[in-house]
Amino acid sequence: MKRRDFVKSSIAVIAGASVPLAALDLIDPKEVLAANEDIHWAFLIDTHKCVGCGFCVKACKTENDIPFGAKVTRTWVERYVFTKDDRRYVDSPDGALYGFTESRVDLGRGEYKEIDPENVGKAFFVPKLCNHCATPPCTQVCPVGATYKTDTGPVLVDKTWCIGCGYYIMACPYGARYFNPITHVADKCTFCYHRLAKDLETACVNACPFGARKMCNIRDINDPVTKMILNQRVGVLKDEFGTRPQAFYIGLAQEVR
Amino acid sequence: MKSHVWRPLIVVICIVVGILVFRLFYVPDDFGSGKAGFMYSYHRFSAEDDARSQLIKYRDTGKQKMHEYCAECHGDEVEIRTEDLHGIIACENCHGPALNHPDEPEELTIDRGRGLCLRCHTDLPYATSERHRIPGIDPKEHNVDDECVECHDPHNPRLEDM
Amino acid sequence: MVEVVDLIVHGQAWTTKELFVLPNEYIYWSIQIVMYPFMTGLVAGAFVLSSLYHVFGVTKLREIARFSLVFSFALLPVAMMPLMLHLQQPLRGINVLMTPHFTSAISAFGIVFLAYAFIVAGEIWFVYRKHFVLRTNELQAKSNRSSMDSLYLLIFKVLTLGAMDIGEESLEKDHKAVKMLASIGIPVACFLHGYAGFIFGSVKANALWMTPLMPVIFICSAVVSGIALCILCYVLAQEGRKFLAKRKLSRWSKDPSAPSVETLQGSLETEVGMTANYLLYFMIAALTLEILDLIFRGYTQVKSWDILREVILERDFTKIFIVQYGLGNILPFVLMILPGRTVKRTTFATVLVLMGVFMMRYNVVIGGQAFSLSFAGFMHYHLPIIPHDMETFKEGLFGALTVMATPFVIFWFLAKIVPPFLKGDDAH
Repeated sequence: MKRRDFVKSSIAVIAGASVPLAALDLIDPKEVLAANEDIHWAFLIDTHKCVGCGFCVKACKTENDIPFGAKVTRTWVERYVFTKDDRRYVDSPDGALYGFTESRVDLGRGEYKEIDPENVGKAFFVPKLCNHCATPPCTQVCPVGATYKTDTGPVLVDKTWCIGCGYYIMACPYGARYFNPITHVADKCTFCYHRLAKDLETACVNACPFGARKMCNIRDINDPVTKMILNQRVGVLKDEFGTRPQAFYIGLAQEVR
Repeated sequence: MKSHVWRPLIVVICIVVGILVFRLFYVPDDFGSGKAGFMYSYHRFSAEDDARSQLIKYRDTGKQKMHEYCAECHGDEVEIRTEDLHGIIACENCHGPALNHPDEPEELTIDRGRGLCLRCHTDLPYATSERHRIPGIDPKEHNVDDECVECHDPHNPRLEDM
Repeated sequence: MVEVVDLIVHGQAWTTKELFVLPNEYIYWSIQIVMYPFMTGLVAGAFVLSSLYHVFGVTKLREIARFSLVFSFALLPVAMMPLMLHLQQPLRGINVLMTPHFTSAISAFGIVFLAYAFIVAGEIWFVYRKHFVLRTNELQAKSNRSSMDSLYLLIFKVLTLGAMDIGEESLEKDHKAVKMLASIGIPVACFLHGYAGFIFGSVKANALWMTPLMPVIFICSAVVSGIALCILCYVLAQEGRKFLAKRKLSRWSKDPSAPSVETLQGSLETEVGMTANYLLYFMIAALTLEILDLIFRGYTQVKSWDILREVILERDFTKIFIVQYGLGNILPFVLMILPGRTVKRTTFATVLVLMGVFMMRYNVVIGGQAFSLSFAGFMHYHLPIIPHDMETFKEGLFGALTVMATPFVIFWFLAKIVPPFLKGDDAH
């Protein structure tokens, strides 16, 4: 470092340090936040709290006009059952739209497996939804700019511009996307963008009686949910794809993919 | 440039210019990239307004905001109910989405079905899951032909309390 | 309780799920997406074959080169067809050209496709300009023109673009232009198809597709299928001409300057023989790369290998190893290298090769969707045969057959304007 540069930077440091502390007190972080609108929505899922009631799925489908009879869903709940003899069973009948009301596990193609209660090792439920990744592969591959990441985080679809090529479905490692059977374009969870705009939480967060789903502005470090994400040991799904998911999980098992 | 060799090129240029002129009229003015850059957020900006204008159906704000919307009119009821056993369940989970109630619809369709209760109260032998702490029944044996609400108060379903 | 009406979502009609598959997962890319790389492959391959003559001066391939150039042009619109049939919003397909999002491999389609179309059209124009001028003059000289003749006259007049000079010097210029366009065309043709491979190879979410080898594999198999189809069609057309020449059935065969049966047979044998050799080279390249990819996956055994192994080595074993590699690669390869190769045997081999390349596309596209993103379940594809609505027609057997039949219809019309078989000096 040249001497002149050193002098320069020293002056800058001294000048910065000599700003009266009182001047800083006047700035309320919340006001600054409101002025800059530095918002980035994130989701927190506590898998320990989920009981698989599926109220979230029901609320989501109702709120967003996804017909109950259409076998696609913006959010879903998976059931994981591990037996003591080291076998793994996973299912999500109808995406848990009607919850899990049977002890037998759906194996697909009309087959079911009844597991002996004595043999059940660990078992748990995992809610899933679009991760609204910070670097979403789905928006990267859209050929026409019909799906995009908004400045506040949610990844949305422009229903009037989507050509329905299906590339975004292929690009998503989480299976969050599908074709809407009514509009015949790409569709996915929006973090209830219309509700966020009115300062309401998502339909699924509201509907969850157990607090397994939470939302926060991850840039607001005073938000209690943000604090949970920052302070607790949280994980994300499939980070090997470099998508930087914004849905964080507490109590994520390695078998959950 | 007099050579005939360039003639197909002129045709090609005409076609390309034609496409570009068409593009000028076809593409909405507000196409551009957001904060996340061209790779992740190339879109029509007014599409965000379209997304924002979607109808809100569930108005209950849950326990976090003390059921704000429902409490506006049903304040007393909400206050009692939140203390009940089922106080953690948002009103609209059973009473249905409020939409613009009380204007439209005037009355909500309440789901009193057995299936709604079974979402939590089907007994599943999962000791490691929170589900285990909820009282559960076997739906194939527990009063099969009856609706749950015939015996249980959905707000406070413990029979001893009735 | 509100009555729940079942609503079939896209993909549900032909997908069955086994074990744990995520609720939104279906086989979204079905038969039309198999057809798409297959047809683009044919376009690119046919063009590369024609370039062998125009650029590298392999004069023995003169006839088949011209034939495959025209055929490549006939195939061109068909490369777009499966995409249009596949899109959920086909009317908005133009958006790809209007607001291309260049980080997507598909967005290049509109531009590369157009550029390629211009190059092929340009090349055809230069090759056939003399023919256009001759036909215009001939029709103009005719005193009693029928309405059909007048229509032809108009078409040819427009096609000459007013360049009526067919002197030695200007034809030499045409020749140079053809060579130039053909040399630009080869990389563009490879790009057109290489990026089709890139569309698949760059999907990081799909364990089977994601490999940088994918574009190269696609280019090689594209050239293989293109050459095979050109041989097949060329043989069929020449056999037809031989038949006509023998019976003196058509107008041209009565012309004393028409080729005799013997000359036809002779050119057929040399051209097919030469082309078959090129076919063999590209087959070796394609097969090597495919096997390399497979071995590499099996050797490195990353997380996805467990499920891939089950799909490749167990569930799809017949489709991949018996039909694709066995019947589609090894058998035709052996048929062509065994001594005493005849045109008939080569033709039979090309049919097998075409089937093999189609199966390769099928195994990549459908096979890549045969397992769940959860790595814990499988999906099975059932090709809709009897259509019961628009969707099962478009993305079913009949949709695929329509796509396959269209290039021949286009070729038939195209041959009236730019006949692939001309007397030697009427065109390049």
